[in-house]
Amino acid sequence: MSVVVEVMPKPEILDPQGQAVLRALHRLGFTQVAGVRQGKRFELEVDGEIDEEALARIEEAASTLLANPVIEDHTVHVGATVHDETA
Amino acid sequence: MRVGIVTFPGSLDDRDAARAVRFAGAEPVAVWHGDDDLGGVDAVVLPGGFSYGDYLRCGAIARFAPVMRTLVERAREGMPVLGICNGFQILCEAHLLPGALIRNDVQTFVCRDQALTVENASTAWTSDYRLGQQVVVPLKSGEGGYVAPQATLDALEGEGRVVVRYAGSNPNGSLRDIAGITSENGRVVGLMPHPEHAIDALTGPGTDGLGFFSSVLASVVSA
Amino acid sequence: MTDSVSTAAQTPDVEQPWAQLGLKADEYDKIREHLGRRPTSCELAMYSVMWSEHCSYKSSKVHLRQFGEKAPETDALLVGIGENAGVVDVGDGYAVTFKVESHNHPSYVEPHQGAATGVGGIVRDILAMGARPVGVMDPLRFGPLDAPDTRRVMPGVVSGVGTYGNCLGLPNIGGEVVFDPSYSGNPLVNALCVGVMRHDDIQSSGATGVGNLVVLYGAKTGGDGIGGVSVLASETFTDSGPTKRPSVQVGDPFMEKLLIECTLGLFRDDLVVAIQDLGGAGLSCATSEMASGGTGGMHVELDRVPLRDSTLAPEEILMSESQERMMAIVEPAKIEAFMAVCERWDVLATVLGDVTDTGRLVVTWRGETVVDVPPRTVAHEGPVYQRPYTRPSWQDSLQADAPTPQRLARPSTPEDLRASVLRMAGAPNLAAKDWVTEQYDRFVLGNTVLAQPEDSGVLRIDEESGLGVALSTDCNARFAKLDPYEGARLALAESYRNVATVGARPLAVTNCLNFGSPEDPEVMWQFAEAARGLADGCLELGVPVTGGNVSFYNQTGGTAILPTPVVGVLGVLDDVTRRTPQAFTEPGQVVYLLGETRDELAGSEWAHEVHGHLGGMPPRCDLTAERALGEILINASRDGLLDAAHDVSDGGLVQALVESCLRGGVGMRVWVPDGIDPFVFLFSESQARAIVAVPRSEEVRFTDMCTARRYPHQRIGVLDDGGPEGPALDVQEQFAIPLSELDAARQATLPSAMA
Repeated sequence: MSVVVEVMPKPEILDPQGQAVLRALHRLGFTQVAGVRQGKRFELEVDGEIDEEALARIEEAASTLLANPVIEDHTVHVGATVHDETA
Repeated sequence: MRVGIVTFPGSLDDRDAARAVRFAGAEPVAVWHGDDDLGGVDAVVLPGGFSYGDYLRCGAIARFAPVMRTLVERAREGMPVLGICNGFQILCEAHLLPGALIRNDVQTFVCRDQALTVENASTAWTSDYRLGQQVVVPLKSGEGGYVAPQATLDALEGEGRVVVRYAGSNPNGSLRDIAGITSENGRVVGLMPHPEHAIDALTGPGTDGLGFFSSVLASVVSA
Repeated sequence: MTDSVSTAAQTPDVEQPWAQLGLKADEYDKIREHLGRRPTSCELAMYSVMWSEHCSYKSSKVHLRQFGEKAPETDALLVGIGENAGVVDVGDGYAVTFKVESHNHPSYVEPHQGAATGVGGIVRDILAMGARPVGVMDPLRFGPLDAPDTRRVMPGVVSGVGTYGNCLGLPNIGGEVVFDPSYSGNPLVNALCVGVMRHDDIQSSGATGVGNLVVLYGAKTGGDGIGGVSVLASETFTDSGPTKRPSVQVGDPFMEKLLIECTLGLFRDDLVVAIQDLGGAGLSCATSEMASGGTGGMHVELDRVPLRDSTLAPEEILMSESQERMMAIVEPAKIEAFMAVCERWDVLATVLGDVTDTGRLVVTWRGETVVDVPPRTVAHEGPVYQRPYTRPSWQDSLQADAPTPQRLARPSTPEDLRASVLRMAGAPNLAAKDWVTEQYDRFVLGNTVLAQPEDSGVLRIDEESGLGVALSTDCNARFAKLDPYEGARLALAESYRNVATVGARPLAVTNCLNFGSPEDPEVMWQFAEAARGLADGCLELGVPVTGGNVSFYNQTGGTAILPTPVVGVLGVLDDVTRRTPQAFTEPGQVVYLLGETRDELAGSEWAHEVHGHLGGMPPRCDLTAERALGEILINASRDGLLDAAHDVSDGGLVQALVESCLRGGVGMRVWVPDGIDPFVFLFSESQARAIVAVPRSEEVRFTDMCTARRYPHQRIGVLDDGGPEGPALDVQEQFAIPLSELDAARQATLPSAMA
């Protein structure tokens, strides 16, 4: 298992990339898609046990470096990597 | 007067900033991102470029460089700091200035001679301009959209902390057409356009940018 | 099981996939002859890539020889054809190196990365010569602007060129954007880089000095660009198939920026004996070329190569085209200092082996020898083809189909002419290219004196003396289709003229020859003619070819692209402050047209845009006239006689007038000279012509200069701010068009197509 940090732009922040993706989806015929927000997903490999303390440290890393709290919200949780899920 | 110019891995306009400092009559001092001390300079410029390749977010990694710790301390003590483009992004990430810079709303990199209005001629970096002066300075960036919460924007406007505003059309979606802002004490300034590229009519749209570098000569704070 | 040299020697009859790797039967036999046994799979991979068209120039070599054989005498050439790039002496102890290359096929597959890595590759070539790269240019060619695939390819290519160049901190100072149906499935992405150094800084690529260390530095090696070589990998691994090997190279401009600074630091501290960049064919190319060029032998331990993907087979490592990697030869006494510089810039550096004098390139993998070849056979003794060529059966009828007034209806009334001017102003090939060029940083490094849309890009080299260089890249491929020999000479003429127009003295030439399949005798004829034309032209103009690139196989099915020999010319300005810009800025100045105008509409933009017609003989190419015109423009510039100058090319005289007026925001009253048809005057594409704006105070001196050289010159108008109605292009007795209307027409085309 890894620790997954997901970062999304705050709702009130303009997301030009998400908008560009939405337009592209519509051009390709996926017209049921009403909105797209684009963010980032970080998959962190952690040494040792992923306990409360470890998660707290990663929360600190997330709010200090991985996300910019001025314009982004983030979550931290334990999860499988995309590679694991799709392999 | 000694003006330090910090080079991070990926900084690009450091030499140009040094040239501008020289043109203005001060001595440019090269500062390495990995050094703890600023080398006894009177002011610092964080130049444009793509520090750390703009990885993660523009300026997000550079703001943790060893030299930044010293810089933040000295800035809090009143040392003038000018952040140009990537430098502005670093100052925002380091919380020396409020808000953040995001991808241009037009999605593409924009390089053009940009008309600006000087709206604060009292900062350490703009005292050589007149209030309301119209200037032309090159803008060249892909992530130049200035954003901040409404309350912050209102405060900036109310306190006269907008330093330069885009005139004519807004090139990147910056809220309130804000091109550059200053800290509460008027000594830290960040802007997206590049004044160092408007110091010589031979290589730029004119010399409107020189004022940024000459202004600071009058604003020296003894260390 | 590793296919080692000893295994190969013991198993001579093993079937090898040489055909799948692109080798012919006789080439495979030749390899066996060189080695005295069958090649190992690593050696087979190495030969197959190094003997490919892209790396060995096997179809073009016999024709490219002419550039050396017909090279004009010149003192300016410090390094000629054969190295990574040519080096030219520009005075004051400065040397300039420049070259243009193609990255066409990858840009069709993945436009952004294809274009980005094209820029990356040419920049590394310049760096490997010992220079600091200081500028880039991008000649681009796409299918029709309104074609769906152009909407896919163009934005990606432009963002690739822009992102990579901008991130490296290299100003983009010029290029071209051309649309034509023949590029529909085959966009052309050519990238030029120019670098500056002192004479003493010139680096070589030969691995000399027995015992010197072979060092690989830069990015880690992954599976980029492997493509067909996976066929070998599947023989040695069961679980990782070719599908996991990305064939598109992905660039990291930040890594390249670090590589540039690191490498310049290594040069500064004199830590490098020889250097080579890793481009096409990656390690195979670097090792074989460096070994060939030096003491003759090299020993490399492939396991030491730092990998991004630990499952790569040795064949794949040798073929990988992972970007941002360089190879250096370093004296053992200097390796510590070398590593320290790399560490400062956080650049990974690994000693792979050493230089020997055995005359063999030996590569080991996990203790076994997988390559043991004479390096010259890999790098320099590849096949040389004498491809058959025949003049196309349709060439005569194409040339006979001239755009006479009977064949193509021409505008004759003032209203028709006015409409034509507006239509042409908005034609894709003539419209404003701001949509493209605003995505490029032109300012970084603070030495850009002129950039697009000026006639040449001009960079200052020395702030004290004002020494500078000018560069232009040009090609009218329609002219080349009509007559490839003349077309190549015309491309050279245009580029030469563009450099002279800004006031620079042309010194040297580079070229990127983009053609269809060399296996098609008609295409091969086009290539042979173009190479001959370019070589003859360079000799006549006195400017040597210093290097270049050939891109074949630009075709979809049986339809080849227009023959597109892109020519780049470099010139020098003793004082950049004296450069002549393009814009008309001073009402009251007189405008002269230099050169002769004839009825030459074949291959013109007007015939293409309005009638979709291509036929006839291209405009006459008179290199003596171009030389004379050049002298006038250069001397007049130096003597301060001109306020503005613009060469006349695509779109004819009217296009040049429109551009110069709009650029300066000043209108003009034009009068059509007696005895010439207004349409021909405005739209003909006769060569060796330029327009100049002359201050009244200098008019006599200027016209005397032209008369002394017996160069045709006519006063064709005067600059005019237009009064209360605003500035206009006012062709007396014909029509007047406000500049605002012309500007709207020019500016709208690209943005509305890309919206």
